Amino acid sequence: MAREVISTGNELCAKAAIEGGAKFFGGYPLTPSSEVMHVSSDLLPKVGGVAIQMEDEIAGISAALGSSMTGVKSFTATSGPGISLKAEQIGLGFIAEIPLVIVNVMRGGPSTGLPTRVSQADIGQAQYPTHGDYASITLCAGSLSECYTETVRAFNLAEKYMTPVFMLLDETIGHMHGKAILPDLEEIEASIVTREKFEGSPENYKPYDVPMNKPAVLNPMFQGYKYHVTGLHHGVEGFPTEDAEQCEFNIERLVGKINTVAAENDGLDDLPDYEEYMLDDADICIIAYGSIGLGAYEAVQKLRSEGIKAGLFRPIMLWPSPAKRIAEIGAKFENRIMVTELNMGQYSKEIERVIKRNDFATLLKANGRPIAPAEMVAKVKEMM
Amino acid sequence: MAFNYDKYLRVNKMPTLWCWGCGDGVILKATIRAIEKMGWDMQNVCVVSGIGCSGRFSSYIDCNTVHTTHGRTVAYATGIKLANPHVNVIVVAGDGDGLAIGGNHTIHGCRRNIDLNFILINNFIYGLTNSQTSPTTPRGFWTVSQKNGNIDPTFNACNLAIGAGASFVARETMIEPKKLEKVLVKAFSHKGFSFIEVNSNCHINLGRKNKMASAMENLDWINSITMPLKKWEALEDPIEKENLLPTGVLREVEQEEYCEMYAEIQKAAQGERGKITQADFEKKI
Repeated sequence: MAREVISTGNELCAKAAIEGGAKFFGGYPLTPSSEVMHVSSDLLPKVGGVAIQMEDEIAGISAALGSSMTGVKSFTATSGPGISLKAEQIGLGFIAEIPLVIVNVMRGGPSTGLPTRVSQADIGQAQYPTHGDYASITLCAGSLSECYTETVRAFNLAEKYMTPVFMLLDETIGHMHGKAILPDLEEIEASIVTREKFEGSPENYKPYDVPMNKPAVLNPMFQGYKYHVTGLHHGVEGFPTEDAEQCEFNIERLVGKINTVAAENDGLDDLPDYEEYMLDDADICIIAYGSIGLGAYEAVQKLRSEGIKAGLFRPIMLWPSPAKRIAEIGAKFENRIMVTELNMGQYSKEIERVIKRNDFATLLKANGRPIAPAEMVAKVKEMM
Repeated sequence: MAFNYDKYLRVNKMPTLWCWGCGDGVILKATIRAIEKMGWDMQNVCVVSGIGCSGRFSSYIDCNTVHTTHGRTVAYATGIKLANPHVNVIVVAGDGDGLAIGGNHTIHGCRRNIDLNFILINNFIYGLTNSQTSPTTPRGFWTVSQKNGNIDPTFNACNLAIGAGASFVARETMIEPKKLEKVLVKAFSHKGFSFIEVNSNCHINLGRKNKMASAMENLDWINSITMPLKKWEALEDPIEKENLLPTGVLREVEQEEYCEMYAEIQKAAQGERGKITQADFEKKI
């Protein structure tokens, strides 16, 4: 039995984190994400978990990473300025392979930007939030229900791939209040993934001794397997190294365990990486994600009512992008794609990279206002 | 019988990367001896270090160890401890790590009075990165970033910790490892945030350009700027007092510990007690 709730995106995100197994939240208030912390601090102590408001954004993610090292599913929530501050610790999460969910409820930037207004301009930041080479996993909720389901998924991916995972909401969807249909709690509990553990003798335990494209096997601290975690390049036992061959292997593995695996398996799990709406018989394809995807449904309906066969492609897994499907769409819709997003074309660049053409239209906005369906309709008509 | 350090060390990581005559090794040994006195099971001990020479502390001690980013040790340790209140967490940071880039986390760790043991190794300089000014570098000293002499006023780390609310604050030097060991045992036994400043030498990157190029000269200087608390308290000249760092236990009080208070939050959330009010605290503002 699915559950029907009336809630907001931010509240559903926090609820999903806890129902998805999180027991630790470390964060700092930041508009428009703060409700994620508020709800976490209500719910976590009820289930024996901890929510702590730290002294700053850096401390928030550091505490969450520390907690996660002990096997406790942990998360933090913030907005763009907070991600900028957390960046160095996200890097430690990547190189030391610490699972963590980082919620970013996007607002206008750069800098303090537009604190209370919507944006999707942190897409690029989510792909490369910190210095160095690595690959990021980034999910983006396109509905209230997805604020819940994709957050659960983010925790599962973090544990499966031993890495920080970005869960993107935007201000509109984070603060949108409405009905959401959520999967049954038993279904969620049955889907929960917990990080792999080494069960052999502690003397034989080498946490980073894994083959190419496989994540490290980090046993939770305090369970009989003492080892070393560092932000430095490390060898198979976790101790610092500058060995050229090892360092090269480390980086190739960090990138490969996400990007190569996603390319080879057509995604990182069995869940949909995108949604398509009326695309099968369409002459024109709108590409949109997040709250802009919601407006795009309406635009498709309006265009269809006027006899224009439009359809929608809405990515959910932004990074690594559903490149195989994007390439197919690129081949099918020559000169008939319109990408619309709340930034200066950050995902349009990915579309261009994948389809290797730039013969598509864009409808971009970066002033803190949403894009109305009527604007999308007008843009599509211009293309006809 | 000789003390068996090997039991607590990752002997295959020896020799250490520290310079010959560095005080960090002495502090590591004192820490190990204090752990032995406490009878802690190393499976339930976590050592968290940051960046700098002191950052390597965690790789040599055989327990659960985390070498974090620059300055964030207390924040990582807070997450580890809050999620596992039953374990013993030792944080090791240098004066640059704990007072400059990580000063905010140090302050708030003290304020929360979370049960961490914070060993601040103060060698008065950024040693690893070749002699830049730290928040404890004395004025008038040569540093690579202030070659005409340092003009920056210094932090008194223990006063900072006391002001921020740490319930155990002590200062020792690595010159007297037995005394240091005793203070560490007291700190480890204390419930709440224990702040231990350990003055140490860096004759290589502090000493060479400041007329104390040998470890012994550097230690003589440390001796000359420190004084046992009782003796220090008896001094009458305020200027003399200001120029000497008192050693010993400077503060030891019982205060609500953060993990224990969070357990009360959990009870309240689970309906096992009422909401937390001002009546739960002796100190209300």
